[in-house]
Amino acid sequence: MSAHHTPIPKVGTLVMVWAALIILTGLTSAASYVDVGEWNIVVALLIAVTKASLVVWIFMGVRYVTTLTRLFVVAGMVWLFIMILLTASDYGTRSWTYQAKPWANNPAHGLSR
Amino acid sequence: MAEALVPAGQEEAAAEETHLRHHFATPEQQMDASTLGMWTFLITEVLFFGGMFTAYAIYRNMYPGAFASTSRYMDVVLGGTNTAVLICSSLTMALSVRAAQLSRRKDVIRFLILTMIFGTAFLVIKGFEYHSKWVEHLVPGFNFSYEPVYYQQHAQILFFLYFCMTGMHALHMIVGLGLLTYLLVQSWRGVFHSNYYSPVEMIGLYWHFVDIVWIFLFPLLYLIGHRG
Repeated sequence: MSAHHTPIPKVGTLVMVWAALIILTGLTSAASYVDVGEWNIVVALLIAVTKASLVVWIFMGVRYVTTLTRLFVVAGMVWLFIMILLTASDYGTRSWTYQAKPWANNPAHGLSR
Repeated sequence: MAEALVPAGQEEAAAEETHLRHHFATPEQQMDASTLGMWTFLITEVLFFGGMFTAYAIYRNMYPGAFASTSRYMDVVLGGTNTAVLICSSLTMALSVRAAQLSRRKDVIRFLILTMIFGTAFLVIKGFEYHSKWVEHLVPGFNFSYEPVYYQQHAQILFFLYFCMTGMHALHMIVGLGLLTYLLVQSWRGVFHSNYYSPVEMIGLYWHFVDIVWIFLFPLLYLIGHRG
């Protein structure tokens, strides 16, 4: 009847994750003073994603959960990605079709002047 | 299999010990259901914060100069300290869950108290930061004035996002502290042990999630434009 079919994490593992998270925090702070142009945001996000993955995998124990729960976790990331991607594709492409006065050069509108 | 381990007439006592509800076959199944349910809730939270992160991404892309200029008004030392404080609180939370899994009641209580101390420290530091934002006239809509002036309009958007995101995060911390208080009372009463610790584990998941939100907020709000 024991409920802990999930293995109990070792203290050493938890402390190592903590140390890695602290080091990565220092790294992202230090990296923010180095200019690598377009890559600044990439570096910052890569470090943040690495930290988040450590927390999810070890602290939140996703390494031990059922496949169904894992599927839910991944699905959540996919929905987030869809939200950001579709919103960005909207704002990113508005300038492609934007004209200050769409009717001005288009006689078909019959509204010119 | 599970039934065979419990002598006839003792099912009720066993169910009480593991807090097994009658609609679950085994404690394992109950635990898996709790975990799945908690993650479902956390995904709604991911999308809730995700909306604000999306807004941030759009406006940062529109006004990169104005957003980068705000970095010198952010206190990297306080922000970085708070990141470390939250990471420490996540460690103590994980250790508290572990102690519950091992039926070590005193350790559960000890680590819960430590987690609450770190959580409170975070909020106090955040409070000092909010105060200095107010003093420096950086609260959008109330007393906003900004140097350089030509960034005033767009920098205000960043500070609006700053207060929305860190404010919602702080609210989640306050809720988390309330939940930890509940856990503290329950573990004081000796409710949790190796066969029943799912509340500790589930609230732990929530606490780690709030930590992850901050892991993204810190570089995005504090570390945009130090270069150059």
